[in-house]
Amino acid sequence: MDNLQVSIWRGAEAGGFQDFEVPRQESQTVLDVVTYVQRKCDPTLAYRFACRVGVCGSCAMTVNGVSRWTCRTHVSKVAAGNKLEIAPLRNLPVVKDLVTDMREFFDKWARARGVFTGSTTRKEKFARVEPQSKERKRVDAGIECIGCGVCYSACDVVTWNRDYLGPAALNRAWTLVNDVRDTTRAERLAAVAGDAGCHACHTHISCTERCPKGLSPTAGIAGLKRAVLAATLSGEI
Amino acid sequence: MSNRTQVLLWGAQRISAMVLGLCVAVHLVTMIYAVRSGLSAAEILGRTQGSVGWFAFYTVFVAAVAIHAPIGLRTVLSEMLNWRGRGLDILTGVFGLSLAMWGMRAVFAVFSGGGA
Repeated sequence: MDNLQVSIWRGAEAGGFQDFEVPRQESQTVLDVVTYVQRKCDPTLAYRFACRVGVCGSCAMTVNGVSRWTCRTHVSKVAAGNKLEIAPLRNLPVVKDLVTDMREFFDKWARARGVFTGSTTRKEKFARVEPQSKERKRVDAGIECIGCGVCYSACDVVTWNRDYLGPAALNRAWTLVNDVRDTTRAERLAAVAGDAGCHACHTHISCTERCPKGLSPTAGIAGLKRAVLAATLSGEI
Repeated sequence: MSNRTQVLLWGAQRISAMVLGLCVAVHLVTMIYAVRSGLSAAEILGRTQGSVGWFAFYTVFVAAVAIHAPIGLRTVLSEMLNWRGRGLDILTGVFGLSLAMWGMRAVFAVFSGGGA
């Protein structure tokens, strides 16, 4: 097999691509390529990973222009010829090379009231939630998000509107809006309303297209738009 | 602008979009009919002048445009120019009022026969 010609972003916000040559191997992932570069070519290359098997979500990067988990992306599926361009996630400040500062991403989860607030304590009995109920099914559809930031990187509205909460935070809010045990529905709907919230979404569906977990933040955001409008008209918020 | 107003604007834009979908279809079909039938401007005006039905239809059409377009323009300018705040709201509000004024001027012209 021919060697891979790999361009990797170096530096912070200001920087440029540096070229490397990496031996191509069978079943090679993009994360394998980055690891090879750090171990064999340049030990100063900064990147982030942990589990290597698609559980932790920390190795997300932009590969040939598309946001992906590098550990679950086979080179053979994305290399255009023998070329790979690997950059940090979009829409987040770059700390160094392939490492982004995720603070604003998680701060927006907090702004969207992404924390469950219940009314019972551990001393009381478990809440009983019917698995087939409409609300529980909606929660199931969005609950597997692991906060990798791929959707946030893929979203053009985040690029155009820096205040926009983004698909992941809104998806989290939607799962909590449908959690029948939660007691802060009105506050959460108010937190995700308006120009910086769910109503800024243009339904480009990039988040749904790119989500490695196969979730549809777009559907959740559409649900939030309707729920917030209904709550506004009824005077709930 | 409060979050509540922003949400109501979003709702208004959705509803006006539905109205526009219907109005644009009726308008296009009417235009195609008029052109294919070879109706002259005078013949078309002869049908619209004094017609309460066409007056009502185009009044609704103009209202939907005057609501829908400025809300969309506000979002476009906000995203493309990173512009937010009172100045943007006033500009797009004036734009909407202008659309309503020019639109109703045209509607009155074809209803009453005065010059547009």
